[in-house]
Amino acid sequence: MTARVITITSGKGGVGKTTTTANVGVALALLGKRVVCLDGDIGLRNLDVVLGLENRIVYDLVDVIEGRCKLRQAMIKDKRLSELYLLPASQKRDKSAVRPDDLKKLCEDLRPDHDYILIDSAAGIEEGFRTAIAPADEVVIVTNPEVSAVRDADRVVGLVEAAEKGPARLIVNRLKPGLVQRGDMLDTSDVLDILAIDLIGIVPEDETVLISTNRGNPAAFDEKSRAGLAFRNIARRITGEDVPFQTFREETGLFGRFSRLLRRDGRTA
Amino acid sequence: MNLFNRLRGATQPSSRETAKRRLQLVLVHDRSQISPGLIEIIKDEIIAVISKHVDIDRDGVQVQFTQADRESRLVADIPLLDGRKNRR
Ligand SMILES: Nc1ncnc2c1ncn2[C@@H]1O[C@H](COP(=O)(O)OP(=O)(O)O)[C@@H](O)[C@H]1O
Ligand SMILES: [Mg+2]
Repeated sequence: MTARVITITSGKGGVGKTTTTANVGVALALLGKRVVCLDGDIGLRNLDVVLGLENRIVYDLVDVIEGRCKLRQAMIKDKRLSELYLLPASQKRDKSAVRPDDLKKLCEDLRPDHDYILIDSAAGIEEGFRTAIAPADEVVIVTNPEVSAVRDADRVVGLVEAAEKGPARLIVNRLKPGLVQRGDMLDTSDVLDILAIDLIGIVPEDETVLISTNRGNPAAFDEKSRAGLAFRNIARRITGEDVPFQTFREETGLFGRFSRLLRRDGRTA
Repeated sequence: MNLFNRLRGATQPSSRETAKRRLQLVLVHDRSQISPGLIEIIKDEIIAVISKHVDIDRDGVQVQFTQADRESRLVADIPLLDGRKNRR
């Protein structure tokens, strides 16, 4: 078997690509898959801190490409999961340091020994995006249910198709069920009507994402996190399992507050 | 329509509905790279060409984008004037 390369991208920045890459990577590794999370956001390295592996980086992707180290030397092994690796981006260089063919070659070298290679892409539609999708077998587009993010996602859907990497699948991230119920946020069905692509996951707005990122311990590890569950479901869908989509409701009233409290306790335990 | 929407009053659509409608309109133009202004130019030229050959109801001409899935098309609706009624 050879690894499947999945690039996680978006049009607009800050919609949750890095969060998604880290969490889906963790979730796939929890399923026993051999995973490499590759930080394709050259010059804006972030996947390392979200995964909590920032202190162990010696070499980066550009060092590998420019021959300063072997591929294996740049790969950081996650101590929590035996088959999760990070290949960090360079923080000092810019996007021109990695060309599409460099990334393709790197992925070819990684493919035989892994099941999934997740590439965290730079935002936008320029060079960084083109490089990040070059080795992809599949592209996942992350958006938020919000007009500018959806508009930019539409642009990327078109570009992915033009690059013959389509059809891309969609993750709707940071959905706020209460706002949707009130009629003040686009629902997943609205976004799908507009973009006309397949859905692979819905991730609710969830403070456990921030808290787990603070700690460098992705929410996918957290049994009680709603976002963590959503990311684990995405991982299962990636492996081909047919997992029904959850419907999210706002946690209001005494019960909602109570269960939130319980979760908070659960985390510190 | 839920209670929130009803309280808002029937006249005002929810911001969710407005967002969806606005996105659908703006994306039609984004995808085709044809601006609303260009459509007006196209419409005027279509009127000029067609009316050289047949009598048309110039004010009734409509040129618009339609869109299903990711395919957009330009649709022109050109009402003809009834020849018999106009023949004096
Ligand atoms: N589902 C979520 N709930 C709450 N916060 C989120 C969620 N997803 C992402 N975030 C937050 O949004 C911010 C941007 O996320 P990030 O993954 O860095 O985006 P990108 O990589 O697309 O720029 C981060 O602060 C992250 O913690
Ligand atoms: Mg990022």
